[in-house]
Amino acid sequence: MSTTPKGAPGGRPAGDLDPLAADDPQNWHLRESYTFDRNVIAEIRRAANTGIYRIRGWGAKRRMPTLDDLVFLGASMSRYPLEGYREACGTDVVIGEDRASQPVRLQIPVTIAGMSFGSLSAQAKEALGRGASAAGTSTTTGDGGMTMEEREHSSVLVYQYLPSRYGMNPDHLRMADAIEVVVGQGAKPGGGGMLLGQKITERVAEMRTLPTGIDQRSACRHPDWTGPDDLEIKIGELREITDWRVPIYVKVGAARPYYDTALAVKAGADAVVVDGMQGGTAATQDVFIEHVGIPTIAAIPEAVRALRELGVHRREVKLIAAGGFRSGADVAKALALGADAASIGTAALIAIGDNDPAYEAEYRELGTSAGFWEDFQAGTDPAGITTQDPELSARLDPELAGRRLANYLQVLTIETQILARANGKSHVLNLEPEDLAALTVEAAAMAKVPLAGTAWVPGAD
Amino acid sequence: MSTAVRTFDLAESARRKLNQALHEAADGESFEVLNPRGAHAVACGITADIDVVVRGSVGYYGAGMHQQGRVLIEGNASTGLAENIMSGEVRITGNATMSAGATGCGGLLVVGGNAGARCGISMKGVDIVVGGNVGHMSAFMAQAGNLVVCGDAAADLGDSIYEAQIFVRGEVESLGADCVPKEMRPEHVETVAGLLAAAGEAAHGVDPGDFRRYGSARRLYNFTIDDVDAAQAAAQAAGGDHR
Repeated sequence: MSTTPKGAPGGRPAGDLDPLAADDPQNWHLRESYTFDRNVIAEIRRAANTGIYRIRGWGAKRRMPTLDDLVFLGASMSRYPLEGYREACGTDVVIGEDRASQPVRLQIPVTIAGMSFGSLSAQAKEALGRGASAAGTSTTTGDGGMTMEEREHSSVLVYQYLPSRYGMNPDHLRMADAIEVVVGQGAKPGGGGMLLGQKITERVAEMRTLPTGIDQRSACRHPDWTGPDDLEIKIGELREITDWRVPIYVKVGAARPYYDTALAVKAGADAVVVDGMQGGTAATQDVFIEHVGIPTIAAIPEAVRALRELGVHRREVKLIAAGGFRSGADVAKALALGADAASIGTAALIAIGDNDPAYEAEYRELGTSAGFWEDFQAGTDPAGITTQDPELSARLDPELAGRRLANYLQVLTIETQILARANGKSHVLNLEPEDLAALTVEAAAMAKVPLAGTAWVPGAD
Repeated sequence: MSTAVRTFDLAESARRKLNQALHEAADGESFEVLNPRGAHAVACGITADIDVVVRGSVGYYGAGMHQQGRVLIEGNASTGLAENIMSGEVRITGNATMSAGATGCGGLLVVGGNAGARCGISMKGVDIVVGGNVGHMSAFMAQAGNLVVCGDAAADLGDSIYEAQIFVRGEVESLGADCVPKEMRPEHVETVAGLLAAAGEAAHGVDPGDFRRYGSARRLYNFTIDDVDAAQAAAQAAGGDHR
């Protein structure tokens, strides 16, 4: 069953003949409603035809304040730059040194976010593991448990501990290099996962102890703890079971990052993962993706404020920011705002081949186009990534895709170093808010850095 | 293999020391835990075929993620008793508060007294026998395994249940979404009889024939889609009503 009929909204692939060609005077009297544009009309028609809310993958597509609204100031008379290609600029990040006997040591400040086997093919998971390992960073399991393919190909593997506990196995917990207690994710703070019937193959069903072919809706609350006091005890249990060996992260969707971060610290987390509303998902209600949570640029400074007030920032508790990172500029800005690392999901999928124009003919068959493909829930991904179809997933060569991801991670890292050196920093974690200016009043208020050309930080005392 | 019982008094030594010893234990070893005094995560993460007796009440996550061997708690337990149990046995003589046996994948959990809210939540194959009553929303989203309740069940039993089976001897206050009564056939009586026997003292004298069975109506397994266009196209193709 597909919940997305052909020609559904979300993508608006241009036809061969654009009926609204702007250079044709005959069209000049046509005026599209801002309120009821073609995408809105298509969605109302789709809803009326099916009686079901729209489910899709990807993340928020709406326009919102982003890290693009910030710029680095660079060096000047009063700031001394480092040589762009020669002088050392460290990129390593250590997580959990304070409490774990085997802390996580990353060579680069970019990690791969949690994505499940089930939502992704085994080949895609392997590719993520290969790419992350080659680049010296971690990858993360997802809802549905750990596969041996990803353990084998991931030098540092973070095991997600989720509300559904699908496939939750204490042996896997002990095989992991870190544990991430998932409270929420940016695409849907407060929502559980979804995996529709066409992706619940026998292997996925067995891992999750579910009947094949059902539309699976994961729990949104943990079954055995409620609130930060319980979480503290739960983290204690996880530490006991793993003999205090590995770091424990707490991941939250960007909802109330100041309070959530403070409470995660109180609960004993070694790292807090804050996922902004641009964060991706394999399948969620469109209304949830577009209307719940706050943007990454607004979330990071609030999380940092909590860490600073508790005296643990850049010390005992690390901050991993996530949600819509695309470039080294995004990573560098997140670090300058106070994050210790940036986590990527959607960008990693694109790097391994998601929305590949080589499959354009097939995207058209599916009523979409390369660059618009978002029906990760459908299991029909021509690129073989968000699918469990053996023929489609066989299209993805994990080795080749892994090399692409490693290349991309290298570019993100080098770009981050370029910007750090330009601001005179010998380690990317030395970037600071003082290095930034905002291009819009909104960004200045959210990021708590001055509006460019002024000393004005809206809302500051 | 050692036959001597190793004793840990939590009034004197740390929980960490106990759990580390349990994690390093060899098959066949026996342990006794004194003065748990409501400590959390006591005897959690056991992987060897050992016997552990806890003399007193435990806090959260007692015998959590239990994988092998037998744990007996002589007292009560707080939230998450034997959560995510994989196999082996966990028994408690008293009551358990919330989420007993949560997400358990296998093995046997026996609660001699009552279990609080959400007993067997998201259970994935564990067998749970409760000598007394269970609280509200027990077996919520339960996926596999059996929950046997010798007493009564509070509101919203089995809400959003998948393929787990619930057997209740007493009253059920109300059933949750998609949970329905099901026929108690001979094989189900046999299942209950086996579990009552395994439960031992906690279910002494209980007749397996007295239970009623509940399970999923399977109406929530797939989204309901009223595809008007497709229905209309099919009707047209069949020469039917085009309205």
